[in-house]
Amino acid sequence: MSETLALHAPALVILLPLLTAPLCFLFSRAANGVWATALLVSLLSFLCAAFLLEKTFDGRVLSYHFGGFPPPLGIEYRIDMMSALMLLIVAGASLLGLLFARRSVARELPAARQSAFYVCYLLCASGLLGVAATNDAFNMFVFLEISSLAAYALIALGGDRDRRALSAAYNYLIMGTIGATFFVIGVFFLYAATGTLNMTDLADRLHALPVGSRSLYAAEAFIIVGLALKIALFPLHVWLPNAYAFAPSAATVFLSAAAAKVAIYALVRFLFSVFGLDFAIGGETLNAVILPTAMIGMIIGSFSAIFARHAKRIFAYSSIAQLGYMMLGIGLESREGLEASFVYLFNHALAKSAIFMALGCIAYQQASMKLSDLHGIARDMPWTMAAFTIAALSLIGAPLTGGFIGKWLLMDAALAQGFWLIALVIAAVSLMAVLYVWRVIEAAYLKAPTGRRRGAPRAEAPRREAPFSMLLPLWIAALLSVYFGVDTRLPVGAAEIIADSLEAAGQ
Amino acid sequence: MTPRHLVLRAVAVLLAPAILLFALYVQFHADYSPGGGFQAGVVFAASLILHALIFGAGAARNLIAMEHLRRAMAAGVLLYGLTGAAGMTLGGVFLDYAPLAQSAQAGRHVGVFLVELGVGITVAATIVAIFRAFSEHRQDIGQEDW
Amino acid sequence: MDNALQILTEDYNAIIATFLMMIGLYIVMSRAHLIKKILGLNLFQNAVFLFYISAGKVGGGTAPILTGEAGAIYSNPLPHVLILTAIVVGVATMGLGLAIVLRIHEAYGTIEEDEIAQADIADDTRDEDRE
Repeated sequence: MSETLALHAPALVILLPLLTAPLCFLFSRAANGVWATALLVSLLSFLCAAFLLEKTFDGRVLSYHFGGFPPPLGIEYRIDMMSALMLLIVAGASLLGLLFARRSVARELPAARQSAFYVCYLLCASGLLGVAATNDAFNMFVFLEISSLAAYALIALGGDRDRRALSAAYNYLIMGTIGATFFVIGVFFLYAATGTLNMTDLADRLHALPVGSRSLYAAEAFIIVGLALKIALFPLHVWLPNAYAFAPSAATVFLSAAAAKVAIYALVRFLFSVFGLDFAIGGETLNAVILPTAMIGMIIGSFSAIFARHAKRIFAYSSIAQLGYMMLGIGLESREGLEASFVYLFNHALAKSAIFMALGCIAYQQASMKLSDLHGIARDMPWTMAAFTIAALSLIGAPLTGGFIGKWLLMDAALAQGFWLIALVIAAVSLMAVLYVWRVIEAAYLKAPTGRRRGAPRAEAPRREAPFSMLLPLWIAALLSVYFGVDTRLPVGAAEIIADSLEAAGQ
Repeated sequence: MTPRHLVLRAVAVLLAPAILLFALYVQFHADYSPGGGFQAGVVFAASLILHALIFGAGAARNLIAMEHLRRAMAAGVLLYGLTGAAGMTLGGVFLDYAPLAQSAQAGRHVGVFLVELGVGITVAATIVAIFRAFSEHRQDIGQEDW
Repeated sequence: MDNALQILTEDYNAIIATFLMMIGLYIVMSRAHLIKKILGLNLFQNAVFLFYISAGKVGGGTAPILTGEAGAIYSNPLPHVLILTAIVVGVATMGLGLAIVLRIHEAYGTIEEDEIAQADIADDTRDEDRE
């Protein structure tokens, strides 16, 4: 049994949500039934991902040959530690998001669109899982687009509550498609130069080629820019704030935890495993591009967050800053930097999904996410705001939380290479995070509720605590982000193995 | 009221079945000539769209209801997926059609046939559904139908 | 000069594709009309597809279906297969994009980008009114 599972798990983890989506579409009438099916499948997919992580923890690599055709001819799924960790993050985020989604979606979406939400959600999850698992460059494009198309639809589903979701989804669609097409152009140049699409094979053949080929420069540049658009890396981030702010709460939880992270994974996969740092656009040029843009993105994202007055948008801007941290570790191009990036990525997924779940709980109780309408909300929703505070501490990087470990490692990696400026920016941006988090905490805990402000009609029903089914995933995520700040074996252990293997491949 | 566009109607009546037949040829002769599910699906959809363009939305609705298109869209993908999974349960890997019949060659023949059929159904249904969703918008696709 | 001539005669597909790509990208960036932007995007994508397909052509090759003849030259079928998939992605993107434009039209009453941006800013200021 275990043998069969070990054989098929790399495919099952993706196929389960991918094939359940049309099944739900076919037999969907009652949203609750679709939700239950989606939850069950997400749980199974998560178990497969956990199983794969356990299998690869000793550095083993699992390979799955579709149709029985061995690579490089056939399409191969190749699960190493890095893929397995991403699968775990995506499947875990999808599971938490779905646990959270039932009441939230029932409140935020019209009844006719609720089952469509879950179908898109499953498709988005399977697309992201596919990107993490596949070892075929073109297959990766297809999965990127499956996840992106589903994500556009998920965001547009917020349009019934706030029309800005529609324009945000449109902008994301234009930018995302340009990014994906750039990625395809890059893949094409690689295929034209080597005649293969299997990424392992690609890496081998590329290194047999002369270094100076111009089409390979173009290939690498197109792939980097294309993926940077998908990551929302500064200055290509403009689609992100509104998309995250106006999507349905459950969609924001999942997308913020998983979508950009998977694009970062794809970028790391190409930069380190396929190209290597001594190839085409060399490590030094990348250094000179990624480090400054990451730092500017961190500062600008944090500034925008400080001045935003819409609670969900504050944390959407904060995501841009946080993505900067992850890119910093990659831009450092050292073993320590990569390790820090992956630890950061893991902990940020937990903290950010908890924060957006807390905001989703608030959105469940009141329509407005204006900061001034959150005054005194901690009195009405103490459990929600307590979990929010814990997750926010992790986001800031307070000791004993996951965020602290990530920032500490990143700081360490920067100082090890003598980058004082970067260490300074990391510290400064953390202080800025304190500022924007404090504005929400202040509004929630210290300000008196102002229901009758300027003739605004006071809500008929008093604000109450969110239902248990929404608090449960929120508290799981919040407590896990503390747990992984104390017991760091899983994220740090995994990140160490990933960094080692990337360093070996990158040389 | 006499029907308008008599010539178009007469031509469409002649053409639509021929296009359908050609779609089936592209679908099922794809082992030996260019073709396959995607192409056949689009050609098939073209005939239905031609019908809808000339005879109007009402006739198109009578011909095939949106609900059935929705079902066909999902069913095609499922046919593909289940064929792939069948190989998996019969001892191969996903999308390995060899175990589907006595010999590996016959198995692959059956597998590709079913998979392409699934692709054809989904593509035809989806293209028609996209066309119909836009052309019938406002008239009868209310908030409740999607 | 020889080099330029060689590029013109041998790599004309790349030149045409690049030209079309730039037109498409320019439309996406310069037009404010949402449907025109989607058309530009589609042109951009299709130019890339054209580039792929034309590069798969092998001089003197026939359609890649085994004829049993010895020494037959076939065109490379892999780019065709890849682009078939990419076209499907493109169709899906276009369908979804147009559907979103339709919803935008219903919600905003316009599909001019600057008017939508103004409406968004108006919504934002309503959202973020000062205490």
